Amino acid sequence: MTDTHEVPHSKDQGHALSYRFLTLVWLGLMCLTALTIGAARIDLGYLNVVAALGIASAKACLVIFFFMHLKYENRLLKGMVLTAFVILAIAIGLTFVDVGYRY
Amino acid sequence: MAEHIAAATPLGGHPKDYHAAKMGMWLFLFTEILLFGGLFLLYASYRHKFPQAFHAGGQTLDVFLGGLNTVVLITSSLSVALSITALRRGELTRCLWLLSFTIACAGAFMVNKTIEWMAKFHHGLIPGSEHMLGLPQGQSIFYGLYFAMTGLHGIHVIIGASVLAWVMLLIRQGKVTAEDYVVLENAGLYWHIVDLVWIYLFPLFYLIS
Repeated sequence: MTDTHEVPHSKDQGHALSYRFLTLVWLGLMCLTALTIGAARIDLGYLNVVAALGIASAKACLVIFFFMHLKYENRLLKGMVLTAFVILAIAIGLTFVDVGYRY
Repeated sequence: MAEHIAAATPLGGHPKDYHAAKMGMWLFLFTEILLFGGLFLLYASYRHKFPQAFHAGGQTLDVFLGGLNTVVLITSSLSVALSITALRRGELTRCLWLLSFTIACAGAFMVNKTIEWMAKFHHGLIPGSEHMLGLPQGQSIFYGLYFAMTGLHGIHVIIGASVLAWVMLLIRQGKVTAEDYVVLENAGLYWHIVDLVWIYLFPLFYLIS
């Protein structure tokens, strides 16, 4: 745990996240996993799907922003990742609207 | 920035750009997201068409094994993230131990997956078998998607673990160092995408029933 140890580096490569912080992110992911298993045991009707996908997306955000370091990347990369997920959402969303009203 | 590129360029070698290397990896990851995204789209459409069959199918999957594999993958994602910090701080031994642990997690994940698949095979649920194709259409599609999506994910786990083993070799050879670590970072990004896909696969197949 040499948190004060400075790595000689050009500053635009960002800082290395501390062991402590990464472990806290992991703890958050574990809590959300327990939460999603617990929520699935209660019958909430269609809200079960909403809860499961909502919790999964919260976990995905933790992984993408901290483990994958996106929070500390430049705006170009952030914009690219956002675009990719928006395109995926459009593809799934529009197709599902079609499927949902066809049957 | 300019002197950084110049400093990293050996005589006669290609210039190495940290940001370009990382962006290239992300571009590749987008194609992975769309690959699995297409399968999730199929899942959503057929789940809408055959709600009962998907409900019944989900109940035959082992929540304990699925949950255990979720914990294993999330923990392996942590150890990769920690290994990058270790490398950047010059703690090579710790970095290599963390990567070994990650690969061990990948192995544990695949053992669990094999146990799960074998249980399904014992019930005659073998992809392409007459029994599976003879099931009612909704069930046949549910198990088809289950095998296709967890199978494709499993292949990614094997590839990810192999890439991490290769990066370990590069670290031991001194080709990936505390100053030049983008290869480990990119391998880590791949591993996190494998985790990310499982974060959605787990609730969709094992929990929503």
